[in-house]
Amino acid sequence: MKKIKKIKIKINGKIKSINQDSNLSLALKNLKIPLNKVAIELNEEIIDKKKINKIKLNKNDKIEIVHFIGGG
Amino acid sequence: MKKDSLIIANKKFNSRLIVGTGKYKNMSECAKAIKLSGAEIVTVAVRRVNISDKNKPLLMDYIDPKKITYLPNTAGCFNSKEALRTLRLAREIGGWKLVKLEVLGDKKNLFPDMIETLKSTEVLAKEGFKVMVYCNDDPLMAKRLENSGADAIMPLAAPIGSGLGIQNKINIQIIRKQTKLPLIIDAGLGQASDATIAMELGCDGVLVNTAIAKAKKPFEMALAFKNAVIAGRQSFKSGRIDKILMGNPSSPSKGII
Repeated sequence: MKKIKKIKIKINGKIKSINQDSNLSLALKNLKIPLNKVAIELNEEIIDKKKINKIKLNKNDKIEIVHFIGGG
Repeated sequence: MKKDSLIIANKKFNSRLIVGTGKYKNMSECAKAIKLSGAEIVTVAVRRVNISDKNKPLLMDYIDPKKITYLPNTAGCFNSKEALRTLRLAREIGGWKLVKLEVLGDKKNLFPDMIETLKSTEVLAKEGFKVMVYCNDDPLMAKRLENSGADAIMPLAAPIGSGLGIQNKINIQIIRKQTKLPLIIDAGLGQASDATIAMELGCDGVLVNTAIAKAKKPFEMALAFKNAVIAGRQSFKSGRIDKILMGNPSSPSKGII
């Protein structure tokens, strides 16, 4: 069996190891993120949620996933 | 009686009380207090999703954004760049355009950095946001915000979370006189009567968080603020009597035995 290469990315400040051929959609699916309740940034650029399955991830990518919480 | 709605960026609201969703013991306490307050707009913060605890309750599960207007806020931002990033993300979550801009300048007193606030207001208005702006109680700055495209002026009563009540009534009245934009007192209220005073000064609404969330009985305080805002508004609309320095008897002086 061919070994799948892993790459390291950062999601919300935490280092995660994902498959090299993975895309943003798969990475989010694994985290069970409810897409309709969040916004996503890739390397400080806002991502259109409709296009996430077309976005390839690269080594050292920084993803931020935010949502609304209680605040004043 | 004619309906007296609060209109912000062409949207009508029946309640003139806006409440924050922070500092509550838990989400259900927050949701219940909001319901009792009658508020139709709540401020919310934009923060990272907790990716290690997926079962953490979500605000949207407790407060339905279809029924209550979420007002994303930039609390915790100390410059224009952070504030713009936060609100652009907030818009992306689900199309929110009505936002509250709050750019702080000092970690201790939490006063707004008005230069960064002004810069951010201009950019946001150009990007199509409807911006409600937290600001100092400075009439000149309020005017500049208005000219920069703000949709509501939100001067502080006193430092955020201080509970001191309105410190500068004169400035609030001057701002009221000079602007037709919604004027909403934001921050620093401590008790229900502070909200009444704000409304009697002619403000269009008040925003309260700590005074309700940290009261010994938040549910009762939520109700008290609801009633206080209604009372203050009615009082303002009723046209108060002139102040005089002498006594003026309430009973006729004729026919005294």
